[in-house]
Amino acid sequence: MYRYDEFDHDYVRARVSEFRDQTQRRIDGALTEDEYKPLRLQNGLYLQLHAYMLRVAVPYGTLNSRQMRTLAMIAERWDEGYGHFTTRQNIQYNWTKLTDVGDILDALADVEMHAIQTSGNCIRNVTADHFAGAAADEIEDPRPTAELIRQWSTAHPEFGFLPRKFKVAVTGSPNDRAVTKAHDIGLRMLRDDAGEPGYEVIVGGGLGRTPMIGKVMRDFLPKDDLLPYLEAILRVYNLHGRRDNKYKARIKILVHETGIEEMRAQVEAEFERQMREEGGPLVAPDPEQVARITAYFAPPKFEALPDRSETLETATANDAALKAWVENNTAEHRAPGHAIVTVAIKGTSEAPGDATTAQMRALADLGERYSHDELRISHEQNVILPHVRKDDLPAIFSALRKAKLASANAGLITDIIACPGLDYCALATARSIPVAQDLSRRFAAPERARAIGNFTIKISGCINACGHHHVGHVGILGLEKSGIENYQITLGGDHTETMAVGERAGPGISAEEVGPAIERLVDAYLDARTDESERFIDTYRRLGADPFKQALYAA
Amino acid sequence: MARDFKPKIVSANDLHIGDVVYMNSGGGWTRKLSEAAIAHSAEEGDTLMARAAPQQAKVVGPYLADVALDDDGRPFPTHFREKFRTRGPSTRPDLGKQSANPERREPLASSGGI
Amino acid sequence: MPIITDTGFAPDDSPALVALDTLADEGEGVSLDLTLDADPEAVAPYFNRVDLIVIPFPGFGDGRGFSLARRLRALGYRGRLRAAGHVITDQYAFARFCGFDEVSISDEQAERQPEPLWLAAKEKAVPPFLKRKAVGWT
Repeated sequence: MYRYDEFDHDYVRARVSEFRDQTQRRIDGALTEDEYKPLRLQNGLYLQLHAYMLRVAVPYGTLNSRQMRTLAMIAERWDEGYGHFTTRQNIQYNWTKLTDVGDILDALADVEMHAIQTSGNCIRNVTADHFAGAAADEIEDPRPTAELIRQWSTAHPEFGFLPRKFKVAVTGSPNDRAVTKAHDIGLRMLRDDAGEPGYEVIVGGGLGRTPMIGKVMRDFLPKDDLLPYLEAILRVYNLHGRRDNKYKARIKILVHETGIEEMRAQVEAEFERQMREEGGPLVAPDPEQVARITAYFAPPKFEALPDRSETLETATANDAALKAWVENNTAEHRAPGHAIVTVAIKGTSEAPGDATTAQMRALADLGERYSHDELRISHEQNVILPHVRKDDLPAIFSALRKAKLASANAGLITDIIACPGLDYCALATARSIPVAQDLSRRFAAPERARAIGNFTIKISGCINACGHHHVGHVGILGLEKSGIENYQITLGGDHTETMAVGERAGPGISAEEVGPAIERLVDAYLDARTDESERFIDTYRRLGADPFKQALYAA
Repeated sequence: MARDFKPKIVSANDLHIGDVVYMNSGGGWTRKLSEAAIAHSAEEGDTLMARAAPQQAKVVGPYLADVALDDDGRPFPTHFREKFRTRGPSTRPDLGKQSANPERREPLASSGGI
Repeated sequence: MPIITDTGFAPDDSPALVALDTLADEGEGVSLDLTLDADPEAVAPYFNRVDLIVIPFPGFGDGRGFSLARRLRALGYRGRLRAAGHVITDQYAFARFCGFDEVSISDEQAERQPEPLWLAAKEKAVPPFLKRKAVGWT
């Protein structure tokens, strides 16, 4: 994984000093709250309902054991003993104090981490496939691209005060695990007919009040042209994005209102202008720097192993729970005899994505010992051990059980994605975590969850859709009606390369009604499916929404 | 019209610690809702907010929140969002104001005027 | 209304500003008051008449001026560029990098953010991406 050079180190340290200074000027009154707020946000610090919340960046979701241990230490020392993994591969601490944030940022800088640009109207954490560098279906590792974009976008002098936030995602696999079509810019790595590497550039995707699927702005962009092209998109957005209405300020609205053809013309014209600049575009990356970055993502030396592991076969023959976990929570690795492990951070009594200090330390140990010292955070709020030997799976499972992280439910109905909602967030209109917990309890029986199969429930506590409810097979949106929390259900969303925005099923229902409604929905699916291999989303596409709407409202 | 006016309090977050505070009758700040100053008219609400405005060194984001009054004339929140602000996360009874140890943080300096 | 450069505060010495739509009628040494929706290419033919272009910053969160400045510089403008209005010290280095020579702020803001803060602001860390490429002020 990437290692800071002296420029990165110096900058992150200088940034911490700068934040301490800005905070002091806020306390002293040299800065008003209006002036300080954008600065605080650009250092990842929100003010929520009950406390400040610090959002720490985990660039493209990748971290090592040392970094995970620091995240655990921060939770223990400066927070309440837990952290929350987010749908953008970051981690949030809910109980930080303003006066401690400088120390927290210094502790992060010690391990090459930061909270830069995890909030504010700037370019946010660049996310990527959480199976990057490991998946058998990968064309190319997206992370060198993500790292290059991270470097270019960090403290970019021109793009720090955009009309609104800006999110970029990269996938290197045709199976899009990075939700690229719901990002402001999504990049899909591919090769042209001559075998040259490049990107399909998708622009204007987004969830929230007006969910939109991104449109292709360029079928094929040669790799070397990436940064000037991104610069062109951002410049057009910065100049012309709406600033009159917060809910119409994302680039998706600009694309929608301008039209993709005209937008493309403007971006291509701006791109051409840069390419014609004397000396080449200012942001064209130095080939040495690109090579250096790429080298850091060279795959680890995988042990040469047969694909079949006798150790594992023997163990699973004798342990049904292990067998279920291996079948459900491991994915195919490009190196024979290896696997990708998904650790579901989804207990029935915890909020989705919340991990305690002890759990984070257990994960760090596992990453170090079994996964070439590498871990990932997924947009599904789970932790990935990307490079494990199949022989080690029994030992890993055993350790996960001790840490209460062994749920065999990755991608199943209890692998719920939920934003923090009104229990924490000042923007929320309703709570999301209790709904997630209720559903987790109802479907907790492992055999039942397995029988239901792949079923994504995503819950947002407000229209901002941080829980990605629009692209869940079942989406739940928490609103308010007559002073009481009220939940709207959407059906048929899809967060993969076959992206779809869920369709509203009908009027909102109360919190108590959600559980029974989902139970009826699931029963209707189990009755209607052709067989076990037809997932809910497939049955939904075959039959349409009506039978499921009826089931939801049947009581 | 005056009789339609719902009583209001000023709610904000402490600048340093970030937890919820309410303006008290002295124009200072308290963590206890029972000590919050109550506005019974729009003018009184404006007056409270005017007292809050120059206090950026102490609080962030003051706003007026609707309350109702119990039989002893003490305020309680009417909207569920404000109820949560008096308690903490509903799924973690061990955290926030509702917990056994809400004063894990340094207590605010005794309530006083500006 | 102080004008701020790398050497600190100075009084505003510029002549009265003219708008883009009357620029064609003006002679030399003009100070142009540009709006944020102006097309930089419409200004380009008159670069040789313009000594100073003033670009407004209507709010701390409105970064359009940074892009407009870069566009003007890319088109070959070599006169003075001023960012006027809601610019704080923390944005000064960005402004300079995007091609501004100076910033003008209100007296009220100058009281809260006096000269020493602005002098320190120009030392703000250049982002590592640009430092690595050894790119300095334009």
